[in-house]
Amino acid sequence: MNFDLSDEQVLLREAARDAFSRVRTVEAAREALEGGELPDLWSTARQAGWTGLLLAEEHGGAGLGAIDAMLVLAEAGRVLAGVPLLGHLPATALAESGGCDEGTLAKLASGELRAAYVPARPGDDVDPAWTAEPRSGRRRAPAPDVVRGDEGLATVSGSVAWVPDAVGAGLLVVVGVDASGPVAVAIDASADGVTVEPARGVYDATRPLAHVRFENACGKLLAAGEEEMRRAWFLAHALIAAESLGAVEECLERSVAYAKERYTFGRAIGSYQAIKHALTEVLRRQENTRSLLYYAGWAYESKPDEFAAAASAARASGGAALDFAAREVISVHGGIGATWEHDAPLFFRRAQLSRRLLGGTGDAVDRLAGELLTGSAAAA
Amino acid sequence: MDLNDTPEQAAYRAEVRAWLEQNAQHAPATRGRGDEEQAVAAHRAWQRRLAEAGYVGVTWPAEHGGQGKGPLHQVVINQEIARAGVPGILDAIGVGMLGPTLIAHGSDEQKQRYLAPMLHADEVWCQLFSEPAAGSDLAGIQSRARQEADGSWRLSGQKVWTTNAQFASYGLLLARTDPDAHKHKGLTMFVVPMDAEGVTIRPLRQISGEPEFNEVFFDDVKLEPGAEVGPVNGGWGVALTTLMFERLTIGAGSEGMGYRADRFARAIASDPVAAKDPEVRARFGELATELLALRFTGYRLLTAISRGQIPGPEAGMGKITAVNGAIAAGDLIADVLGPEALDPESEWSYLISFLPGLKSAGGTEEILRNTVGERVLGLPPEPRLDKGIPFSELRAKERQEVAS
Repeated sequence: MNFDLSDEQVLLREAARDAFSRVRTVEAAREALEGGELPDLWSTARQAGWTGLLLAEEHGGAGLGAIDAMLVLAEAGRVLAGVPLLGHLPATALAESGGCDEGTLAKLASGELRAAYVPARPGDDVDPAWTAEPRSGRRRAPAPDVVRGDEGLATVSGSVAWVPDAVGAGLLVVVGVDASGPVAVAIDASADGVTVEPARGVYDATRPLAHVRFENACGKLLAAGEEEMRRAWFLAHALIAAESLGAVEECLERSVAYAKERYTFGRAIGSYQAIKHALTEVLRRQENTRSLLYYAGWAYESKPDEFAAAASAARASGGAALDFAAREVISVHGGIGATWEHDAPLFFRRAQLSRRLLGGTGDAVDRLAGELLTGSAAAA
Repeated sequence: MDLNDTPEQAAYRAEVRAWLEQNAQHAPATRGRGDEEQAVAAHRAWQRRLAEAGYVGVTWPAEHGGQGKGPLHQVVINQEIARAGVPGILDAIGVGMLGPTLIAHGSDEQKQRYLAPMLHADEVWCQLFSEPAAGSDLAGIQSRARQEADGSWRLSGQKVWTTNAQFASYGLLLARTDPDAHKHKGLTMFVVPMDAEGVTIRPLRQISGEPEFNEVFFDDVKLEPGAEVGPVNGGWGVALTTLMFERLTIGAGSEGMGYRADRFARAIASDPVAAKDPEVRARFGELATELLALRFTGYRLLTAISRGQIPGPEAGMGKITAVNGAIAAGDLIADVLGPEALDPESEWSYLISFLPGLKSAGGTEEILRNTVGERVLGLPPEPRLDKGIPFSELRAKERQEVAS
């Protein structure tokens, strides 16, 4: 039994924290809401080797696991860093498992080529259909149609809304469907028939989103199996949860610091149970999320049958934790916490948008229920 | 990150499993209603059998009858006992918390006299700490022990929430010995024979109707010289040792509380309509998230324990998660099954009735949050009115405030 980070993982986390600390990411998050440029963190990611984090060493990657990716994303989340790994990492995992050519994998590993995962939600025990994010509302959109062509090529038609990190990506790794079921295709973002429309007025400006449309767009068929396409979806969920964990940690630290120094009625507000108990609730949710991320990381490597349940639980816990923490950091600071100049609203914006990506936190809750009720995650 | 055993743990697990397979036929049924005396006798015999095989008090030093092993060995035993579907030991409180307290603070004579019979369940122990007016604020206890000229003691007062008192031979009791000292400074720990004259034990029935606990009354009970454990007026430090072992016991057993998402999933999945109902799924998914987090937080805790760390106050958060997750599960299952779930014979009826009391057991949720807020987050303490004044004055002040 060793359910803790290894020394290497602690070093990886520290290195990530150090790398992000050199950039004024939180200030940039506010400026970007008013049209400012986001700092270039892709070169930071390339230098640190995160771009090839999940790829095997023989493909130029670091050969690390999902838990390592989560540690980096947690540090990004802590400082609201807009680094496009949420789109890139699941795409690289899918490209590699789908037998993508060596040249492309090497470029993905080095970060010379940036990929974005264009997700499809795997079917579940209620509805087996694979579906895509709709532009609006609760009715899910059909996953893009794939028509297999000759020589390992395929054409894709359909739309996926609110795709993270697709803006500016060179390669789109799309999950669509044909008559046989889900199919993954790697499409050059500049190919004919591909439109990447940046979403306007994104509530959290550190998180570029796009609506992606394919009209008979031609790409390379990936030999990824259904299980790998499921994994990509749940990996993205785990990465969102990891980002949330980092943001929760930051919200809690700021809340605690302020609760110690702000006095009312002659005593520090942190001495009041109403504040103290709320902040211990943030801590409880934070540590629960951390435990579930460890579970997801462990399941990704060692218990693939439970990965869907583990990642969904992490997403549910992390989403709820950040929602709670981001409201609490505002409350503890009082009215000033809700002003534009304060950082708390930036975390609030992150919480609001994150919980609604890729099916939303509620979908992760439902997925976990389905996995447990059908006994798919038997040991859980 | 690895949930597997080390080769050494795996070998130990195999040994325990083989022993349990051979001996499970001698295990009594998990305690039910039937004849209590017979049941207690059967559970004593089962603990004795386990003790003779070396599976009771494995973390105790060998000189006191233990095996001198680490807490993870205890975890392996707990897991294997749960897997075999046989009951654990009768006197988990004695072996897990009170014995280790005697080992840490007791005299050589006490260790010689009490530890071996405790291990073999020849003498079962109970914990006499909480009182009707002192639970979360344990140092506020009012049971009073006065020393006579010959060194013996006279004890009067009342204890409550006492598990196993009805068949215990001894109790470890915290009493006030100097009311004029500050509340934490005038306490002493004692060994009390439960059959002494002046000891009255009354069952305390819970919501379910079952008496899970007892009230124990002490009316001028005589304790022999040398009944004190640790220094006179140094009882608070002894009590803290017991509470530390309580956290360790709970930490090592967190998986064994039985509040597992898969158990509740089976109950809900038995109704195919409920299993597809979005509201049921939303509620179940939320509580399953909490209970899975509890389980994997437990593995983090075990990892820390295996490295020799003692769980800190943050371990108390697990109790909050467990109780509230289980309450949500009981509510949901009863909503799905309907009144049938509340039938006295239903396992859910018992669970639903049991949990409101568990919420306060071992410290209320509110006091746990205070402790975690102050000791883990470093938030400033609530202003306290009981600091720096003798306990007797504090009590007088409290009475005056109530009267005015």
